Amino acid sequence: MAPLLEIKDLHAEISGGRKIIDGMNLSINPGEVHAIMGPNGAGKSTLSYVLSGKPGYEITGGEVIFRGVNLLELSPDERAAQGLFLCFQYPLEIPGVSNMAFLHTAVNSQRRKRGETELTSPELVRKVRELGQTLGINAEMLKRPVNVGFSGGEKKRNETLQMMLLEPYLCVLDEADSGLDIDALKVVSNGVNALRSPERSMLVITHYQRLLDYIVPDVVHVFAAGRIVHTGGKELALELEATGYAQYQNEAA
Amino acid sequence: MAAPISAQIRPMKTSAELALAETFAAARAILPGGPDVAAQRAAAFGTFADAGLPHRRVEAWRYTDLRALMREARPLAAPPDADAKARAAAAGAMLAGLGFRRLVLVNGAFVPELSDLADLEAGLSIRSMAEALATGDALTARLGQTVASSDAVLALNTALMGDGVVLHVAAGTAIERPVELVFVTTEAAPVSMFTRSLAVVEEGASLTLIESHEGPSGVAYQVNTALELVVGAGAKVERVKITAEGADAVHLATVLARVDATATFANTFFTTGGLVVRNQLLAHLAGEAIQARMNGVSLLSGKQHADTLLSVDHAAPAGESRESFRAVLDGAAQDIFQGKIAVRQAAQKTDARMLSRALLLTETAEACAKPELEIFADDVQCGHGCTTGTLDQQLKFYLMSRGIPAKEAEALLIQAFVGEVIDAIGNEGVRTALADATQAWLLGRE
Repeated sequence: MAPLLEIKDLHAEISGGRKIIDGMNLSINPGEVHAIMGPNGAGKSTLSYVLSGKPGYEITGGEVIFRGVNLLELSPDERAAQGLFLCFQYPLEIPGVSNMAFLHTAVNSQRRKRGETELTSPELVRKVRELGQTLGINAEMLKRPVNVGFSGGEKKRNETLQMMLLEPYLCVLDEADSGLDIDALKVVSNGVNALRSPERSMLVITHYQRLLDYIVPDVVHVFAAGRIVHTGGKELALELEATGYAQYQNEAA
Repeated sequence: MAAPISAQIRPMKTSAELALAETFAAARAILPGGPDVAAQRAAAFGTFADAGLPHRRVEAWRYTDLRALMREARPLAAPPDADAKARAAAAGAMLAGLGFRRLVLVNGAFVPELSDLADLEAGLSIRSMAEALATGDALTARLGQTVASSDAVLALNTALMGDGVVLHVAAGTAIERPVELVFVTTEAAPVSMFTRSLAVVEEGASLTLIESHEGPSGVAYQVNTALELVVGAGAKVERVKITAEGADAVHLATVLARVDATATFANTFFTTGGLVVRNQLLAHLAGEAIQARMNGVSLLSGKQHADTLLSVDHAAPAGESRESFRAVLDGAAQDIFQGKIAVRQAAQKTDARMLSRALLLTETAEACAKPELEIFADDVQCGHGCTTGTLDQQLKFYLMSRGIPAKEAEALLIQAFVGEVIDAIGNEGVRTALADATQAWLLGRE
């Protein structure tokens, strides 16, 4: 079986600056949930940005193959249409753009790019409302500008709604639990778990084990100094919680 | 003793100024109005002749050097013939189908047969300005009385005003159906038009007044238009002015608004067309506890130059005014915003806020903002702010990461940027039309 995502000897740095990703390798098969854990400043968020194509990073070596194509040659919107979704650690507020209009544009942009028929407004509204209900997102939140005036939990639920609606092949969750209380964490995790399927994979980036109680990974990686330094099963997350990252940081250095 | 060195030196008249003097001399005998109006015209032309076309050293025109930008003065437009009227029939497409009461002015002249004068609401009266001046309509005595101004461009309008519309709404009358003044230029040869309108909305009455200006591209025509607006006590007036002139036009517009106690006044400028556009709004907030909203959107590209001058005069207590302007600048376009809020000593408890924001889409576009506060009362809340910047790249990335292509992401953000101003307009049909016009402008971008 071909992996869904394959990162080979990836090197990346902040444009004109410091090296962040330093020879990273990772292979994710369809249906697998991988967790990437590591200390703050290890480059975990950078990894999510490099995968999704955020400007400001320079790839200095290696390649990323996603569903058979070289991801690094695509623009961020093309990557999304290919089935990559980044759940932001801090979702942005977009004043003046209504949540519903934003979702409508996003869904149909992707469908257009894939040569699929676009959804009509009523079709989309129905779908969004149904998904919204499972996440506790009401009609009022859908009318409001994207994330404006939302609490941390509401923003994350909104990210989850987008993810459920766009049905990506790979969900990259960047510190999905930051800013969440336990109740919100459960709602978001339920949303993410509902998306688990034999075709869909997840890359869960976190520095706390807590999230992995709710989104249980198949594989856990320790990420330090720009690359994966150790890989294990889900029990590795509990070990890390007990021992910390220090031993791996030494290993990387 | 030496002569004072600050003596006024009259510069040489430019060819445009000389041509305007000839135009006035030739036209004064045939322009509409009795002896009083003739005297008013002569005095106004005197004011203009003393000042000449505004230039950089005139503070209010500092960024729009009309002396340099208007090298020639075009001949006055002739009254529209059947052909011109036929060409004008398709004008005002932006707001077509909304069921507004349309009053059409072709090449500066009111054309009754293109206008909707049927079934006038009780309390609403509409006349052509030329006719009102010629017959000495009592309302015309109000011309020049609304707000005092010595502006040279306004003086020129007073001297040469040919036609326009006189609107009157009787006290306590709510006119539900918006009135739309459609100004269209159809001439293929460059001409000039001087239109003057007057709208008197009496105590407790209400009116939505839309004004649109359009004409052919490739013709260097010149428009000098003015509106005097009297908003009576407790009255409600919402005005929207759309400037969609042809690409080579010079458009100079003045609004003089007097707002009486507890009245509500809203004015929105929406500017997309014209090579040189000046919108000056002088608002005299004369009565207590008025509410005013004065907003604007400019969408400019190429070498367009648009200058908005706002002068808000809080003369009585407890007034509230909000001024919000947005400019989106592509190509080598220039946007100027000069906004002044004056609060007189009597105007305690004034609450006035002004914000102008410009979005530069290229490195060659330019925005200038000059906010001013002049406050003589000690218990007021006044603020102003201005920002100039480029599109937020983080937001653009967020949108793109959801599958939205770069151009569409930019369009969404620009729509949102101007949306705040458009959304404040009371009439839904106008809001939708302006959002669509913004979308069309964005699609036309390179």
